[in-house]
Amino acid sequence: MKILVGYKRVVDYNVRVQVKADGTGVVTEGVKLSANPFDDIALEEALRLREKGVAEEVVIVGIGPADLTAHLRNGLAMGANRAIHVTTTEAVQPLTAARVLLKLVEKESPGLVIVGKQAIDDDANQTGQMLAALWDRPQATFAGKVEIADGKATVAREVDAGMETLDVDLPAVITTDLRLNEPRFIKLPDIMKAKSKPIDVIELGSLGVDTGDHLKITHYAAPPKRSKGVMVKDAAELVAALKHKGLL
Amino acid sequence: MSKILVIAEHLDGKLNSATARAISAAAAVKPESIDVVVLSDAPDAIAAEAAKIEGVSKVVTVARAENKHALAAVLAPQIAKAAAGYSHVFAPSTTFGKDVMPRVAGLLGAAQVSDVMTVQGSHVFTRPIYAGNAIVTVEAPSDHPVVATIRTASWPAAGTSSSAAPIEVLSLDVKLPSHTRFVELKQGKSDRPDLQSAAKVVSGGRGVGSKENFDIIYKFADKIGAAVGASRAAVDAGYVPNEMQVGQTGKIIAPELYMAIGISGAIQHLTGIKDAGTIVAINKDGEAPIFEVADIGLVGDLFKLLPELEAAIG
Ligand SMILES: Cc1cc2nc3c(=O)[nH]c(=O)nc-3n(C[C@@H](O)[C@H](O)[C@H](O)COP(=O)(O)OP(=O)(O)OC[C@H]3O[C@@H](n4cnc5c(N)ncnc54)[C@H](O)[C@@H]3O)c2cc1C
Ligand SMILES: Cc1cc2nc3c(=O)[nH]c(=O)nc-3n(C[C@H](O)[C@H](O)[C@H](O)COP(=O)(O)OP(=O)(O)OC[C@H]3O[C@@H](n4cnc5c(N)ncnc54)[C@H](O)[C@@H]3O)c2cc1C
Repeated sequence: MKILVGYKRVVDYNVRVQVKADGTGVVTEGVKLSANPFDDIALEEALRLREKGVAEEVVIVGIGPADLTAHLRNGLAMGANRAIHVTTTEAVQPLTAARVLLKLVEKESPGLVIVGKQAIDDDANQTGQMLAALWDRPQATFAGKVEIADGKATVAREVDAGMETLDVDLPAVITTDLRLNEPRFIKLPDIMKAKSKPIDVIELGSLGVDTGDHLKITHYAAPPKRSKGVMVKDAAELVAALKHKGLL
Repeated sequence: MSKILVIAEHLDGKLNSATARAISAAAAVKPESIDVVVLSDAPDAIAAEAAKIEGVSKVVTVARAENKHALAAVLAPQIAKAAAGYSHVFAPSTTFGKDVMPRVAGLLGAAQVSDVMTVQGSHVFTRPIYAGNAIVTVEAPSDHPVVATIRTASWPAAGTSSSAAPIEVLSLDVKLPSHTRFVELKQGKSDRPDLQSAAKVVSGGRGVGSKENFDIIYKFADKIGAAVGASRAAVDAGYVPNEMQVGQTGKIIAPELYMAIGISGAIQHLTGIKDAGTIVAINKDGEAPIFEVADIGLVGDLFKLLPELEAAIG
């Protein structure tokens, strides 16, 4: 079985993103970029399935500008067999990302597609589900545990009410939650080895996907600030303050 | 004029209160009508609850044995079909809505607006990105229905109406897949208020130190009638189950009172509590970032302060 993994580059989660003063976007110049944490988890899960002998090949996919190569090399160093780089200079929204992934699914016929439940830049939480819809295959979102056997995946999902377990036929789309696994660290020799691993470069325009139906982002604003509060000195003062506000 | 279809979220035969919040957002579009669809194996009691919500024009029920559990792959084709004639399809941005709605959008070939915070016009909304560090205004295309999930913490629950809306049975001719099967749902049983809708929430973080120590949080929460939440660090360390996580990748909540106990205040945690009425922080580190957003801060050891607080409340 082959596993396709969504491997998106985002602003690192430690960066406190600033909105540009003119409201046209967020400041990304000179900001640290990293793999979407959920995609590192997706890749780790795929690698573990390969190590268990469930899968033979792990292919990472990045959709983005030409300079995505270094990011994809990190995924290869982590252990992916090869990468597909779909190049575009435009910002790609989830519906387009899903349409692109569908094209690649048709080409590669994976038994499983694993993507992050959300990318921490746009926090859309859509791409995996949209791909599953377009592909007409099962989805198991927010996965906290995955087991594969007999052409099926049994997935425990982190839902509001607790843990829900689903059985889905393969091929299927799984989206990762935080506690699925802890991604491995990349070792220096692996970075050297990754240099010889193949990256297929495909221009988005050549895939013949519809890139329409986009949301138009018309304005970026900083979130409203909460005003700084007061410090109290002990438990009695805190209780008095809460009673005064009618909260106790 | 807009016609809005709201997807009812329910569990164990009861309507989830997040649905009434999605209805508030629908009302903000100032539509001609707001209909609620209940997909279930036994929708009648749920539909009766939904019919009593203020602003609802009518409730439609889709009763099928396959709808016993909320499986996105089973529900989405029915919702996509039921959406015919509607300008908007809304659901709450809970794990239910987040799972099913993008699948509906995919079937309809429509972009989705996730986590709607405000309605600026029939096709213009604001939503958070970068863990709430920026708020974008987005315009959805008008040649497709607007598929959106509603950030429940941004909206009050719609009230109850004096007269119930009519309930109609809808039969949809849709072939449903059998490739996705429900196995089980392990629910955290608790007599405490529900984290997502509680007026008061007490959350513990890594500072609580262990699963056993978390009893001090439960005990204090029970004293003031609060729900209990946690930081990711507390969940990862196994102090509490995952459904108690508050934050960017957990639950986004808006209680009147939020008390963060032994929580440092990482941006991903703060995203979950931005809309809380009053934030109280108790932390032994006076420099902890949580104090930058807390309305009331108290520096000290939680193990000493919580019993003192209980005593002071009387
Ligand atoms: C610096 C920066 C600036 C941006 N500016 C804009 C802008 O001005 N306008 C705009 O509309 N968008 C902008 N975007 C983001 C946009 O391109 C998002 O990729 C898009 O909106 C998809 O949303 P999402 O990734 O949150 O989707 P989600 O549905 O949250 O993604 C879920 C998963 O899908 C997979 N996936 C999604 N996209 C990709 C991808 N490109 N490559 C590989 N896997 C993927 C990943 O596995 C991911 O974890 C910007 C992004 C960055 C990093
Ligand atoms: C992609 C991504 C998503 C994330 N999503 C979330 C999310 O949804 N929710 C979330 O919470 N986090 C999330 N995080 C994690 C987040 O970055 C922090 O790591 C986490 O919130 C820290 O939890 P904490 O405050 O309990 O622990 P810590 O940061 O370790 O803080 C513990 C605090 O307890 C205090 N303390 C210790 N002992 C005592 C005592 N005896 N009395 C009083 N105070 C004491 C310490 O001073 C410290 O401030 C996410 C991270 C990533 C990368």
